[in-house]
Amino acid sequence: MWLYIGKRLLATVPILLGLSVIVFAMMAAIPGDPATAILGSYATPENVERLNRQLGLDRSLVEQYLTWLGNLLQGDMGRSYALNRPVADEVFERFGATLVLAGASLLLCSLFGLLAGVIAAVGQFGWRDRIVTFLVLIGISTPSFWLGLLLIMLFAVELQWLPASGMFAIYGGGGPLDLLAHLALPAITLAVVATAVIARLTRTAMLEVLRQDYVRTARAKGVSERRVIYRHAFKSALVAVIPVIGIQTGFVLGGAVYIETVFQWPGIGRMLVNAISTRDLLLVQGGVLVVAASYVFFNLLADVAQTLVDPRLR
Amino acid sequence: MAGMLAVGATLTRLFARDRGGRPSPFALLVANPLSAFGLALLTVIVVLVIATPFLPVPDPDITDPANRLLRPGTDGHLLGTDHLGRDLLSRMLWGTRVSILVGLSATLIAATIGSLIGLVAGYAGGRTDSLLMRGIDLVMAFPYILLALAIVAVLGPGLLNALYAIAVVNIPFFARNIRGITLGLSRREFVDAARLSGASHAEILFLEVLPNVLPTIVVTMSTTVGWMILETAGLSFLGLGAQPPQADLGSMLGEGRKLLFTAPHVSVVPGLMIFALVMCINLVGDGVRDVLDPRLKSGALAAPGAATRVARETVPPAPSTDAVLSVEGLRTEFHVGSRVYKAVGGVDLDLAPGECLGLVGESGSGKSVTALSLLRLVPTPPGVIAGGRVTIEGADQLAATPEALRRLRGGRVAYVFQDPLTTLHPLFTVGDQIVEAIRAHQPISRAEAEAQALTLLEKVRIPSAKARFSAYPHELSGGMRQRVCIAMALANDPDLIVADEPTTALDVTVQAQVLKLLRDLSRERGSAVLFITHDFGVVSELCDRVAVMYAGRIVEIGPSGDVLDAPGHPYTGKLIDCVPVLGRPERRMEAIDGLPPSVDRLPAGCAFADRCDRVQEDCRHGDIPLDPFGPGRAVRCLHPLQEVS
Ligand code: SF4
Repeated sequence: MWLYIGKRLLATVPILLGLSVIVFAMMAAIPGDPATAILGSYATPENVERLNRQLGLDRSLVEQYLTWLGNLLQGDMGRSYALNRPVADEVFERFGATLVLAGASLLLCSLFGLLAGVIAAVGQFGWRDRIVTFLVLIGISTPSFWLGLLLIMLFAVELQWLPASGMFAIYGGGGPLDLLAHLALPAITLAVVATAVIARLTRTAMLEVLRQDYVRTARAKGVSERRVIYRHAFKSALVAVIPVIGIQTGFVLGGAVYIETVFQWPGIGRMLVNAISTRDLLLVQGGVLVVAASYVFFNLLADVAQTLVDPRLR
Repeated sequence: MAGMLAVGATLTRLFARDRGGRPSPFALLVANPLSAFGLALLTVIVVLVIATPFLPVPDPDITDPANRLLRPGTDGHLLGTDHLGRDLLSRMLWGTRVSILVGLSATLIAATIGSLIGLVAGYAGGRTDSLLMRGIDLVMAFPYILLALAIVAVLGPGLLNALYAIAVVNIPFFARNIRGITLGLSRREFVDAARLSGASHAEILFLEVLPNVLPTIVVTMSTTVGWMILETAGLSFLGLGAQPPQADLGSMLGEGRKLLFTAPHVSVVPGLMIFALVMCINLVGDGVRDVLDPRLKSGALAAPGAATRVARETVPPAPSTDAVLSVEGLRTEFHVGSRVYKAVGGVDLDLAPGECLGLVGESGSGKSVTALSLLRLVPTPPGVIAGGRVTIEGADQLAATPEALRRLRGGRVAYVFQDPLTTLHPLFTVGDQIVEAIRAHQPISRAEAEAQALTLLEKVRIPSAKARFSAYPHELSGGMRQRVCIAMALANDPDLIVADEPTTALDVTVQAQVLKLLRDLSRERGSAVLFITHDFGVVSELCDRVAVMYAGRIVEIGPSGDVLDAPGHPYTGKLIDCVPVLGRPERRMEAIDGLPPSVDRLPAGCAFADRCDRVQEDCRHGDIPLDPFGPGRAVRCLHPLQEVS
């Protein structure tokens, strides 16, 4: 098992390198001259040239990439000119908040998605199945950013049960309970689409598994129906659903961009949107890299989890 | 040009009946109520949006500060106004126009580029393929929306740039799907034929391959266009797409967000519109997928329940025997659509304690269905037990409660199935599966059950049983796996073991060992065995009595020795003639000319008549009874091979 994890870890290296090349190339492709952008359009050509040399922009792209990669590996992602602080500091601070939000959402969507899928499959064509199918349709069709607004209107404005924005209360905030109250609405909003997708796939996987010979064997040896479904069939369905949960982490990490904007969550998504508006490209670069890398690791995690469940993959 | 022709051809095919006279794909789509609803709503929206310039609504960009933030239902402003006094209905219609246009354009761009990549990769294969697909994988290694954001960051905010970004991130879906199909197609004969006739690669790709992958492209488009509309709206919502004063639904929602507390209707209106639009596109998309690519239809096939449905009109009276198993008039049917397949058409059987009865027949004769019906293991749907009685332990098991049935299964009656690779659960260790069988019937601790399971594994002569205990099924050989199944069946000392072709899936060399094991252990414990097989060789080795099944009914029954020496039914005779020596059982059945009749259209009279050498005129009328044929024997034939002894 450890050998397998090690191998999979090694296999992520080329992917991460590929990601870094794409991100670097994209930023290098941006039209316009960074030096002029920094110094303003009234800069003298000499000053521009000096800055270009300082920034290493007079060298070949490959050289630039290698220097950039070297710095990156030492944790240096450059300096955000808009915030005037190191990009790495800002990015990792914000990423923590996003992880909290995304983690909570993943927990919610895995739990409820699996549950709803199993319930639908067991009551196939019955009223439970119809309700789940209907909710799934609503779930995948609802724009999450709009759903967030609706939830704010209902729970924060009308009922005043939960705070509408932020991660902690501004006055006297802090502590896990405060965090949970602030987390509830954005985490639920972010989880809705993924829950629907997971529920739909779990239903299909369960129906597929329930037709298998080994389920008949379980019934033939007198195992209770509850055990047949929740132990025999569910474990097999899980093997098919885990990679989907892995892919959903990508949608959750990406969807966080909307949700963080709607709920003013101090995460990396909102940071990116702001950075794009202010053309703070180094910040964009750092943010995109970190989130993309984390997605690679989430997928790795899903792979390992799948292997733990299914001994045939070892 | 060629591509256009192909598109045209496919479009006409969508609305035409096919040669078999089946309804056109369009008719099938509308036949699904959900898709029909989605299509209707979508049509309304699209018509409204196309007609927008001609509708009597105010200009969407005319501001009117005096009438700002009017509520819906106000005179002249059906849906109210926004913070600049602009008419929301008009803005919504114009915004929907923009959103649909942008979503469709993004879909077309993604479909064109993605399909091209897929076509080339799948057709060229080799290094081109792996290079292109590596690139696609890399694009997919980014979280979906994040990549779109990065692209917008590079190109700068704006509706067109958002469109490009969304198109790019959707390219992989097309490339992957199309590549898969193309890969399969480019190995087919018609492509080879085109190549031999000197067609260029481009001609082959666009004239031969493209028309065949078009349905897949359409399916992928119909399932992604909703997403693309949603995501472009999302980018506009973030202020990275449409820039003022131009509005799409997303930017309207973005403006509405700032007025959330004062005028919620400004965000509710565009939000509802996006929701309705995406929902009906998804409904239509699912419908299109089900019609064009039925293999992907999710969860449409019914999964079997815990027990076969029983729908008997009359129940035969309780028999007065001391048999372990007594079956009377068992009828099991499969109801598929309007067809009824009478898989088992009235079977009577008795098994004395410790007796071994062989149930022989070709595949499709109903022998396995008979075996599964005993404890209601035939999948429902489509299986239904339509009549008869199965008496075990003095009670009619077709009327048993679920709990009574569960206790019987694996308790008094145990099964050994055909293919141990598919009948053992792949994700649990074999020890665990035996332990589960034990604990389902005996109230003992896990440790005790484990000790028992280990003894069982030794009993079925699995070498180094302790180590094998924690092995997974795929780590064992076929013979070992079947030994595990036998151990599992013996776990609770059953009175009856139903063995459904337990050696068919095994290597010839281990078949004899497994058979001997099954016989020895059942004799040792005094269990009766119902042995289902198509192999008369096995019967002579193993069984006290034999019953021959044909087209769902027993055609001959009697002591194995007598039947083998002097078969009565012509079918039995042929089966026995097919037995040369032990081994290679699967090939023998082919030696009988013709096929058994389909059990949904059984002929009148004898079901075997069409294949019988002795057939006469009277064989084709009425029901032929299973008549006594010497001591302990019965035969269902008017002109049997022997005289009654
Ligand atoms: S009843 Fe007639 S057709 Fe049928 S097996 Fe006997 S002889 Fe042949």
